[in-house]
Amino acid sequence: MSTELNELQPAAHTPVRATRPFYWSVRRELWDNPSIYIAPLIAGGVVLLGCLLTAYRLPELRRAALLLESTRQRAAIEMPYDMAALMIMFTAFIVAVFYSLDALHGERRDRSILFWKSMPVSDRITVLSKAIVPLVIVPLLTFIIVQGTQLIMLLISSAALAPSGLAGTTWALLPIFRLSVILFYGLIASALWAAPLYGWLLLVGGYARRATFLWAVLPWLALCAIEKIVMGTAYVAHIVGQRVTGNFEEAFVVVQYPKGAHVPMVDRLTQLDPLKFLSSPGLWIGLVVAAAFIVAAILQRRYRGPL
Amino acid sequence: MACIEARGLRKTYGTTIALDGIDLRVEEGRILGLIGPNGAGKTTALDAVLGLIPYGGELKVLGRDPWAERDRLMQDVCFIADVAVLPRWMRVSQALDYVAGVHPRFDRAKAESFLARTEIKRTSKIRQLSKGMVAQLHLALVMAIDAKLLVLDEPTLGLDILYRKAFYDSLLNDYFDGSRTIVVTTHQVEEVQHVLTDLMFINHGRIVLECSMEEFEARYAEVMVHPDHLAEAQALGPIHSRQMFGRSILLFDKVDHEQLAALGELRTPGIADLFVALMGAPEPPSSGSSRTTASEGGVAK
Repeated sequence: MSTELNELQPAAHTPVRATRPFYWSVRRELWDNPSIYIAPLIAGGVVLLGCLLTAYRLPELRRAALLLESTRQRAAIEMPYDMAALMIMFTAFIVAVFYSLDALHGERRDRSILFWKSMPVSDRITVLSKAIVPLVIVPLLTFIIVQGTQLIMLLISSAALAPSGLAGTTWALLPIFRLSVILFYGLIASALWAAPLYGWLLLVGGYARRATFLWAVLPWLALCAIEKIVMGTAYVAHIVGQRVTGNFEEAFVVVQYPKGAHVPMVDRLTQLDPLKFLSSPGLWIGLVVAAAFIVAAILQRRYRGPL
Repeated sequence: MACIEARGLRKTYGTTIALDGIDLRVEEGRILGLIGPNGAGKTTALDAVLGLIPYGGELKVLGRDPWAERDRLMQDVCFIADVAVLPRWMRVSQALDYVAGVHPRFDRAKAESFLARTEIKRTSKIRQLSKGMVAQLHLALVMAIDAKLLVLDEPTLGLDILYRKAFYDSLLNDYFDGSRTIVVTTHQVEEVQHVLTDLMFINHGRIVLECSMEEFEARYAEVMVHPDHLAEAQALGPIHSRQMFGRSILLFDKVDHEQLAALGELRTPGIADLFVALMGAPEPPSSGSSRTTASEGGVAK
């Protein structure tokens, strides 16, 4: 009977190896959520397709642009690159929002939380590995994808303009390095600014049993409605709206939109205003709130099991 | 040091008492079967041991408080909750990479060699594997971890009989070495009867029976009574009786085996039969308990 089993040879004990639970937890998030890079790549692809299809008009447009005075000239040449960056950034933002909402919900829905919890990985590492995705990984990937897209756009435009001898004008008039710095700064600023939004979504995803989106949105709508009814004001709506739509005024010195530019123009390093941004109470209050949401999400995960 | 030690372990969900002050001690090197009807508190007990739920009372697993130190405890404890918890989006190679990356006691070469005996491809996603293959994969991952305690909660639920047999065979031949401890819950009790060293019945959040398999065999006996001796056998106070092929099968507790052998064919009862005797309705079996008998006994040898 079963006693015979005790006579089996004891297995040699495996030596304890060094592990990198945080690194592998982040890797796991990327395996599980390829949309984090696929969606911005698709947005970049769409932009490039648009460039290719309109490339034949470029020489004509460029000749017209060169007749403008210098600010509007720059605006006209930069605009497609800014639009490309904004499209990819917007896509990445949407992806980050839905990622955050599902990060602590999906593992409960598919019961895999029982597998994750059978591993020697703490709730702190797990939640932080998920929080770092919208806060660091997505902005970093966005930066790379935007740069790649813009580089290919530059090549397309050069090729389209080469026959008419105008290719040099892009290289001369487009502040390539400055645009990279501005993009990098803008991505960091918007990730920090939106941190409480991501923290809230992580917390709600870990809390709600279903309808996570409603749980994320309805409390704020209710707060807005109560405030409007009771006090007749709209501070909550303003605060929430500001977090969702971005931090442009906080982080940049906004100049007058030149005629012909559809997006606010930022192309000078002097327009970056990190001091104003870093000294804005909104940023720091937001970061404290984000930290509180993330800590709550960590504490909460301990109690969470499969749905 | 006991592997698991609990005193007055309690857990309530609202007004439902899932664990009603359980005292438990599981020594190292045992294979304990935790048997009970649905809703008896088995999974709650295991969840408490694994640090998945808060609890009342005292509980130490390998000397640690599971609720406070789950992540540290999981270096020495493995569990398979059921076959459906491996993330379906993961590839087999990713599962190996991940466990190797986070678990200090994982031996990747060992896991690879277990997998080499199966038809599981490294490049497959877990969603593409059959239920049996997922169980094989999970077992391969777990067996490659040099843990002190392995907890299995219905590990073979929904698997066909070949996979179930292979599961327990691998567990005994390739994993259990006499120093590890295994706690298993299952409804397929006949399949684990020869595997266990200890047995525990649990019902309504309380321990109904706790004994080693040696004690079980010494204490309980089942007799297929010769019709001529039926009255004589009934007089000895069987704890349960059932009919099979027109013969009465009586289950006795602490009755001298030689005395019983004279009454008919004597044998060690199945865990399922004892389970029915202790948990089921008293004789004659009501329709409810006879259904249980049929399903539990249906796969009996």
